[in-house]
Amino acid sequence: MIRFERRLEQPRWLNVAVPVGSIVVAFLLSAIVLAITGHAPVHTLRRLLTAAFAGRTQLNNTLVTGTPLLFTGLCAAVAFRMGLFNIGGEGQLYAGAIGGAAAGLLLGNHTGWLSVPAMIVAGGAFGAALALVPGVLKAFFSTNEIITSLMLNYVAALVLDYVIFDSQSYWRDTSPTGKVFPQGKILPGPASWPAAHLGGLVLPFGLLLGIVLAGFLWVLYERTRFGFEVQVIGDSPRAARYAGMRTRRKILAVMAISGAIAGIGGASQDGDFRHVLDPRGLTAAGFGYAGIVVAALARYNPFAVCLIAVLLGGLQNAGYTLQGADFPSGLVGVMQGLILFCALGGELLVRYRVRVSRRSVRGATEASA
Amino acid sequence: MPAVTLRGITKRFPGVVANDGVDFEASEGEVHALLGENGAGKSTLSNILTGLYRPDEGDIELYGERVEFASPRDALDAGIGMVHQHFRLVEPFTVAENVALGDHRAEGRTFLMHPRRIEEHVAELSDRYGLAVDPRARIWQLSLGEQQRVEILKALYREAKILILDEPTAVLTPQEAEDLFATVRGMADEGRTIIFISHKLHEVKAVADRVTVLRRGQTVATVAAADATLRSLAALMVGREIDVNRRRTRTDEPGEAMLELDDVWAMGDRGLPGLRGVTLRVRAGETVGIAGVAGNGQRELAETVTGLRPIERGVVRVAGGALRGGSAREAIRAGVAHVPEDRLGTGVAPGLSIGSNLVLKSHRDGSLASGPLIRLRRIRDRAAALMKLYDIRASGPGVPARQLSGGNLQKVVLAREFSSDPRVLVAASPTRGLDVAAIETVHDYLHRAATDGVAVLLISEDLDEVLALSDRIVVLYEGAVAGEVEAADATPEGIGLLMAGGAGS
Repeated sequence: MIRFERRLEQPRWLNVAVPVGSIVVAFLLSAIVLAITGHAPVHTLRRLLTAAFAGRTQLNNTLVTGTPLLFTGLCAAVAFRMGLFNIGGEGQLYAGAIGGAAAGLLLGNHTGWLSVPAMIVAGGAFGAALALVPGVLKAFFSTNEIITSLMLNYVAALVLDYVIFDSQSYWRDTSPTGKVFPQGKILPGPASWPAAHLGGLVLPFGLLLGIVLAGFLWVLYERTRFGFEVQVIGDSPRAARYAGMRTRRKILAVMAISGAIAGIGGASQDGDFRHVLDPRGLTAAGFGYAGIVVAALARYNPFAVCLIAVLLGGLQNAGYTLQGADFPSGLVGVMQGLILFCALGGELLVRYRVRVSRRSVRGATEASA
Repeated sequence: MPAVTLRGITKRFPGVVANDGVDFEASEGEVHALLGENGAGKSTLSNILTGLYRPDEGDIELYGERVEFASPRDALDAGIGMVHQHFRLVEPFTVAENVALGDHRAEGRTFLMHPRRIEEHVAELSDRYGLAVDPRARIWQLSLGEQQRVEILKALYREAKILILDEPTAVLTPQEAEDLFATVRGMADEGRTIIFISHKLHEVKAVADRVTVLRRGQTVATVAAADATLRSLAALMVGREIDVNRRRTRTDEPGEAMLELDDVWAMGDRGLPGLRGVTLRVRAGETVGIAGVAGNGQRELAETVTGLRPIERGVVRVAGGALRGGSAREAIRAGVAHVPEDRLGTGVAPGLSIGSNLVLKSHRDGSLASGPLIRLRRIRDRAAALMKLYDIRASGPGVPARQLSGGNLQKVVLAREFSSDPRVLVAASPTRGLDVAAIETVHDYLHRAATDGVAVLLISEDLDEVLALSDRIVVLYEGAVAGEVEAADATPEGIGLLMAGGAGS
């Protein structure tokens, strides 16, 4: 007999042990999948880890993949903490990329350093604006934000496609080559974000910005009246109403912050890495959805998001690098799925404890059977 | 033959022994009361009997046969039903749907639902046992008293032979309680066993055949109700003598009107007017008790005054200033403190710490916040001071409110509400589900608040409590004031008549 009993107290170490354990179990399950598909599990997993974390180039690539996950992870974590399920990080990232690219192109070569902050502001504003749509609907009409924010992801993806492939928009390269192969205008020099170099490691500006944002969010939630009220609303909307808290405003504010963070992630895609508005690359990456995995594994803690984003970034990066005839291309997806599955399953262990007893169940059960 | 026998039941939780070798026995056709203070182990014992917990030690026998329950379903199948203090009902569903929920014997045998047949079955049961309730009504539209009837119907529908009622009268008026007692007796006469959990001595005496008293997780005694006196039961229960509902007298004359309602109308949850032109006044230092059968506008009254429900018509004035209404923030600013009926769901955020809950309303104040930031150290100090002052028992201010017992939870709410120096205090069922010692404490605090010049509006379905604490009693019937009496002239019979709407006729 295995029984789950609700824990009266939740020991702190479980908050670390469960995510770590989840990852370990996910690796074990992936090994089984590998063995079944005829790959040597240990060898394949070792190759995967080597490709992600062993060596400077690999680590730099990992940071490149990890940066957008940091933004989308924070985007999800911020909203989920209030019990507000913003699944729209994907679309908000696209919106931010459009906004960021517009700012970079508009300012051109004229204003020098101003391009970077302008791109951040524009990206954040576009992301926030898109997130406010489900926010307003939720606050004033009590619609389900999961559905509305999810649907807007498709809208944002189509707008992104339209801007480059289906129109002569401001973002599209209209030179003779661009007319044959549709692509975005290359961003001017000042729109390239600086990077910090640290002993051979290249730290993208977006990564540092994301870490600063994580710190800001931590302060916001743990040390401000705003954060206090958001926690009360997240725990018990009725108690919040009773205490005279303005729930609608908080919904709007948290959605705006959440969307702005994803939007800045989009601007970072333009400024840090792609230097062009790149619909194919952005939609193929699926950073927004992976961000939800990051937030769940990090248990919505902003600092843990930083760490998990880099770890999962490493896995994705390794997946891209190793794809080939002898490496199952779906493996990384399978592993990510398993990690999320185990993390959410592990949540059960934080709240409940498992009791195994060997006593047979007699009486009532037998009588009824 | 004993229907239920528990032998040496022990259940431990981290740091607590909730049941420590409890022995208990109830016969067929008996109403057996389980009496004890909160924390005495009554709930744990009933959770063991209903299969929610497994005992660490000890045996359970039903009709002479040893049983072990792996899950609540096993207990249900063995014929044990329970009516919890906090109802287990699905609010958007109808009465009939709730009754049939999870059933796999009667109408629930088949894959397809037959709502009509379930409704008929429920109507028949409610006729037979005098449990008046509309099978098609939705739960959220019902008063707590009616919801309780649904819970009892649920157990009867599943043909429970052993029925556990946890604090059943906490939500009832004296008349409703009388009806319940009649239902309980009727069920016992049919050979069912009723385990009646309570800490109200007079009702235990009124309804039970035998009484088992628990104290600190142990069985103190089992006595025949006929041989026991209220005094002897109280002494067994708390280990000392207490008189709960002694009348508290006012010393000073009340001051100016602090809370005034003038022809106030408000909507109820069913979309019909819940308050129909209520006019009343509470002066500083005065306690006005609101009596009435559950669902006659008490909740609407409390919520309208505290800003949780909009005012449709009429005026609510606090200390002379009219409220716009419908804003809890406005009411709090005007000096209205509120001890809500539903303390775990509304009065606190259960997942947050005691400390956070103590500053739920005051975290914006200058002393606890500077600009947008909150001052954690000061909040912690404030919490520690209040915990000491109000004797809130927990290992520290960081403990989540969810883990507190009912009495301690209510102290958190009271500590927070009183520490805001209110002008008006609205207390809705402030002692519902609390044990004698805790009731006495809460009564002391309410009395002290009035002595300090707060205008207290006490809304309670416990008539003894209203009589003990109020200077004046206003009776609500169908959302309107049915009558108003000075406490000195009030008798339970006279008020009971007003509660039934029998005044004007």
